[in-house]
Amino acid sequence: MSRLPIKKTYKLYIGGAFPRSESGRTYEAQGQNVAQGSRKDARDAVVAARAAQPKWAGATAYNRGQVLYRVAEMMEARVDELAELATGRDEVEKAIDRVVWYAGFADKLAQTLGSSNPVSGPYFNFTVPEPTGVVAIVAPEEPPLLGLVSRIAPAIVSGNTVVAIASEQQPLAAIELAEVLATSDVPGGVVNILTGFRAEIAPWLASHMDVNAIDVTGADGLRTELEVAAADNVKRVVAGAVDGQSLYEISAFLELKTVWHPIGV
Amino acid sequence: MSDVEKRSAPVPADWTYAPAPESRDVVTIRESYDLFIGGEWVAPRSGERFATTSPATEEHLAEIAQAGPDDVADAVAAARQAFGPWAALPGSERAKYLFRIARILQERAREFAVLESIDGGKPIKESRDVDIPLAAAHFFYYAGWADKLEYAFPNRTPRPLGVAGQIIPWNFPMLMLAWKIAPALATGNTVVLKPAETTSLTALLFCDVLRQAELPPGVVNIVTGDGRTGAAIVDAEVNKIAFTGSTEVGKAIQRRLAGTGKRLTLELGGKAANIIFDDAALDQAVEGIVNGIYFNQGHVCCAGSRLFVQESIYEATIDKLKRRMATLRVGDPLDKNTDVGAINSRMQLEKIAELVQSGRDEGAEIYQPPCVLPEKGYWFAPTVFTNVAQSYRIAQEEIFGPVLSVLTFRTPDEAVEKANNTPYGLSAGVWTEKGSRILWMAERLRAGIVWANTYNRFDPASPFGGYKESGFGREGGLHGLQAYVDLSA
Repeated sequence: MSRLPIKKTYKLYIGGAFPRSESGRTYEAQGQNVAQGSRKDARDAVVAARAAQPKWAGATAYNRGQVLYRVAEMMEARVDELAELATGRDEVEKAIDRVVWYAGFADKLAQTLGSSNPVSGPYFNFTVPEPTGVVAIVAPEEPPLLGLVSRIAPAIVSGNTVVAIASEQQPLAAIELAEVLATSDVPGGVVNILTGFRAEIAPWLASHMDVNAIDVTGADGLRTELEVAAADNVKRVVAGAVDGQSLYEISAFLELKTVWHPIGV
Repeated sequence: MSDVEKRSAPVPADWTYAPAPESRDVVTIRESYDLFIGGEWVAPRSGERFATTSPATEEHLAEIAQAGPDDVADAVAAARQAFGPWAALPGSERAKYLFRIARILQERAREFAVLESIDGGKPIKESRDVDIPLAAAHFFYYAGWADKLEYAFPNRTPRPLGVAGQIIPWNFPMLMLAWKIAPALATGNTVVLKPAETTSLTALLFCDVLRQAELPPGVVNIVTGDGRTGAAIVDAEVNKIAFTGSTEVGKAIQRRLAGTGKRLTLELGGKAANIIFDDAALDQAVEGIVNGIYFNQGHVCCAGSRLFVQESIYEATIDKLKRRMATLRVGDPLDKNTDVGAINSRMQLEKIAELVQSGRDEGAEIYQPPCVLPEKGYWFAPTVFTNVAQSYRIAQEEIFGPVLSVLTFRTPDEAVEKANNTPYGLSAGVWTEKGSRILWMAERLRAGIVWANTYNRFDPASPFGGYKESGFGREGGLHGLQAYVDLSA
């Protein structure tokens, strides 16, 4: 008698847990029933991201780098599963290497993006990069894994936390990635992943008053609507590379703080 | 003269200052001004003009052109035409124009300072010692960047964006003009700039400087007018908008630009916390409080308008503050002894008065030192509110006037939490003798600028700009270049 395999239920990833959509809805994608996230789910994810943000930003840069590297390790262990759900092994390997690349940048941001500024007067004046806070990401529709990783990694490496909407048509790789994150050292709430219809969910994130930035890289057809809503609290609007890595992908999610420190005896 | 005679010299009857007005002779104000487009003075197509007045005397100064959408389109076309050759110039040549501008501004500094004070109402000692020298320094600073951009952006070839539309406020007219134009030109962009409607005169005088510097026509175009002109610039065929002004208008611009692909930087409002710890050098801190909120009549987006005093030194601080406020001289902006000048416009005066009334109504306690305000013009006495709750409008909303709201705290954590409890995030002040505490506070304050044991200090090398609803992008320093370059290659 052949064994009946256990089928997976594909759920959301919020605050380190895997809840179903509170709406109870699912939709079919890649031959599976996938959670169809709602406005309430998006709000829950923002709450989780906000709660996790200070501690993640307060971790040492070295620690954040190691946590990201650990993600790459865990992805490497699941190359086959990820490859099956994404477009293939090539995409997965690129995504892993991308995470490693960003992992190594965690403790170099202040040095490459900060400055000490020669002001006239008895002050040590310096500028340091800081995370902007909670970032909403509309991940590129494809490639489903590499696109998502290319947007999440530069956001979290500096200490931001994210709420990402996965590829609508190919969400399974994103859910697999969520399982990787849940079993790695990334604290719950640092990355939250929603599946569902982006046209339904993204506007709620764009207008959410506790979201600091929105990444519209994958928001084809929705960009104008999202950018209008983003102005409600002067969100930073980011459009970056679907498949690319650079210091400037990171700096798009950063604030710059300048401090005038007195010099005297 | 014998020693006895010297000693018996007459003692002044009282110790008040004699008037010491700066001469207006260095300034020539024309009856009427056109628009500066393509290096020429051009009458507005609409034929529409409006009057600019001195807020200190309400005297009529000049007629200013109201640029309509057609005029803005002309200015953008002139800037577009100038863009190719300007961007193609070697950086070292662009630098020379900027150095020239800096030098001419230094040479004509007094003329600009006097005009700034006449038109805007700010004390001459501020326009003379702060606004104009800093404006010149800003051009000098960015001049040096023009041929060194590759050092600012590792692994990238910074390219100019094209035509930058720039809209500036009335609180620091020349300084804001310099903050906008200098980095834009250094990076090879051309400019259409609109000064604020109540303070156009120094921007128009600056056109003389551009001609004197032989800047190629069209590289900088100045169009005057009210908010309608600003809206026309936002909608025009520009590649970038840089706006400094209210958060409300900033949001409207961000919405308007949604989906257009135009680049945007915003420097918006603030409600900064100025935090005094019990170990601070109190006299120095009181000077900082006064400078933080009464500098430029409080018309400062980064003004220290919320004062947080540690409870243990509350009485002593307020006592010293009130005594210091009583010595502030309010009056003629052109008088060299004046500390607090005129409110920039009647509209602004009404806004301040309305918010101050709300403070009284909500239950805060008001103090204003006795001072005689001139009969003509727009004036508001330095004001401090004590007994303020976090929820009061005067603790939440930007007043943009000489009005301070005092709150208290017990622990550093409480100070951080209260200071950050605002949608704004432009600046903050920290007063303590403890260096480690300065840095601890600086790490936690959600603000783009943190001043420690000083306040309202600016420098071309120091990036300026906000977190949260105070805007995005930086002006000044290396980071100020980024607002005007394309780094995609």
